Amino acid sequence: MSAPAGRPMLRVQGLKCSFGQAEVLHGVHLEVHPGEIVSLIGANGAGKSTTLMCISRIHRSQGRIEFDGQDIGALPPEQVVRRGLAQVPEGRRIFPRLTVRENLEMGAFIRSDRDAIAQDMERVFGIFPILKERSSQQGGTLSGGEQQMLAIGRALMSRPRMLMMDEPSMGIAPLLVAKIFDTVRNVLRAQGMTILLVEQNANAALRMSDRAYVLETGSVVLAGTGEELLRDPRVREAYLGH
Amino acid sequence: MLRAVAAAEQLAILALARADGVPSFAADGTLSTWEVLSQQLVTGLSNGMIIALIAIGYTMVYGIVELINFAHGDLCMLGAFFALTAVGALGMDAWGGAGGTLGLVALLAATAVFCGSLNWTVNRLAYRPLRKASKLSLLVAAIGASFVLVNLGLFWGGMPMEVFSGGNSAAAPKAFPALVEPKPAFTVGDVIVSRPDVLVLCVTLPLMAGLTWLVRFTKLGKAMRAVAQNPTAAALMGIDVERVIGASFFIGGSLGGFAAVVYSIYNQTVGFQMGYRMGMDAFIAAVLGGIGNLPGAVLGGLLIGLVRAMSDGYIEARWTNSVVFGILILILVFRPSGLLGAKLREKV
Repeated sequence: MSAPAGRPMLRVQGLKCSFGQAEVLHGVHLEVHPGEIVSLIGANGAGKSTTLMCISRIHRSQGRIEFDGQDIGALPPEQVVRRGLAQVPEGRRIFPRLTVRENLEMGAFIRSDRDAIAQDMERVFGIFPILKERSSQQGGTLSGGEQQMLAIGRALMSRPRMLMMDEPSMGIAPLLVAKIFDTVRNVLRAQGMTILLVEQNANAALRMSDRAYVLETGSVVLAGTGEELLRDPRVREAYLGH
Repeated sequence: MLRAVAAAEQLAILALARADGVPSFAADGTLSTWEVLSQQLVTGLSNGMIIALIAIGYTMVYGIVELINFAHGDLCMLGAFFALTAVGALGMDAWGGAGGTLGLVALLAATAVFCGSLNWTVNRLAYRPLRKASKLSLLVAAIGASFVLVNLGLFWGGMPMEVFSGGNSAAAPKAFPALVEPKPAFTVGDVIVSRPDVLVLCVTLPLMAGLTWLVRFTKLGKAMRAVAQNPTAAALMGIDVERVIGASFFIGGSLGGFAAVVYSIYNQTVGFQMGYRMGMDAFIAAVLGGIGNLPGAVLGGLLIGLVRAMSDGYIEARWTNSVVFGILILILVFRPSGLLGAKLREKV
């Protein structure tokens, strides 16, 4: 496996998480280096979303979580965002009765530089022009794909150095899936954004990733570059359907 | 013979009850039906605005943590005791003119801060540790908090202070000085709008306008709505969810503090049980308007105030609570989401 040299931006070691008596993560290790797109693939219930929620400190966990070389494993969630690590959560979780503009403002909650926030909002409108058209509509009235764009735009509004995206293709129209993957590949990557991507669509995820981890029932069972995993017979069998 | 005495006794009791129920101005026979109605409307609207202010405290807290804060009415009761103690200690009832007005403003502000801080503290000590527990545990905690506050009121009322002129017993109602004299401010036709009526409007309207502005346009207000709609997503945005919840308790409590002062001046009596009545009226108002909905709380408060006044005037005062609770039952059966509430949805 060809993990890049140098200090990783995110390093997770021995991450364990339990819900009640049931342990759902049994010691996950992963690393994401600056500028990389790394994806985390696996079946339903493998613990992908839980991993992201632990890193964002929404769920309690054991093990070490380092961001930029500093331990963030004991911080409250709002401090993780302030350090520059944002998440686009599964199912979008936009604020349904706030307008599109207010949703984006909430994304910039940790900032107080008004002019720069206004500029960033224009930048988000530049990436997703439909959001500008809908800016005074309530978030809940948007289609699934538009809500996903809003969720991505909202996360960008905190000016993160790293973005974690949870199932951005889930439950939205194929045309919009293409648009969103295109945004990840061509806009975010071009800006040098570091991304940890959780995706059920393993084929698409592996194609756009530098590296990937395969998660099975709470443990990482395979790791490699996107191309290596695309060729790996076990991955082909289990996740690519051929 | 015995039977005749018993019958006469019953008649006398009925007559007394009747006289008790009908407001005195209706008894002298000089007012027209229309004037009685309009006078009851004025009283109803004033009481309704006070109820609305308290109902906002219920609905704000419900909107954000899905808790019926049963201690809210008792919080207002303690606010009234705080105001009465301050008025007595400073001899404010003797202040007149500009000093009196400034004093009243200061009293409103101080009571608001007192109630806001107390509500914040109740949340911090009793509700926050239960955030991940079931909603039922939270509800029981609220009922417990209500008992604690009622007993604090009983303790406070039993303290040997001269200001409690209404009686030395802890449970006795205390007279609240008429800081705003119940004199006519102006008349519309023959309908009298009293100075306390004007006070109610001057306090409640700006507060409601201010709250609307806060919730709609400020960063804190937007964060409050975000937390109410999806606390996890709010935390992922870098919002300190507990801090926002604490702020909501403070703001809701402080509105209750304003209401407590105005209520005490309007009704001129304070007692440890008043929180139950204030709380129940406001809770029913919040449910009537649609719990969690701020304009709904105001609408519900006005309606409950009017219903109380009409029931006092045209049925009998002793039936008023039954009428109001009857309304609660009807809403819960036929329109549980309230007048302005959204259709009930399962939260995903």
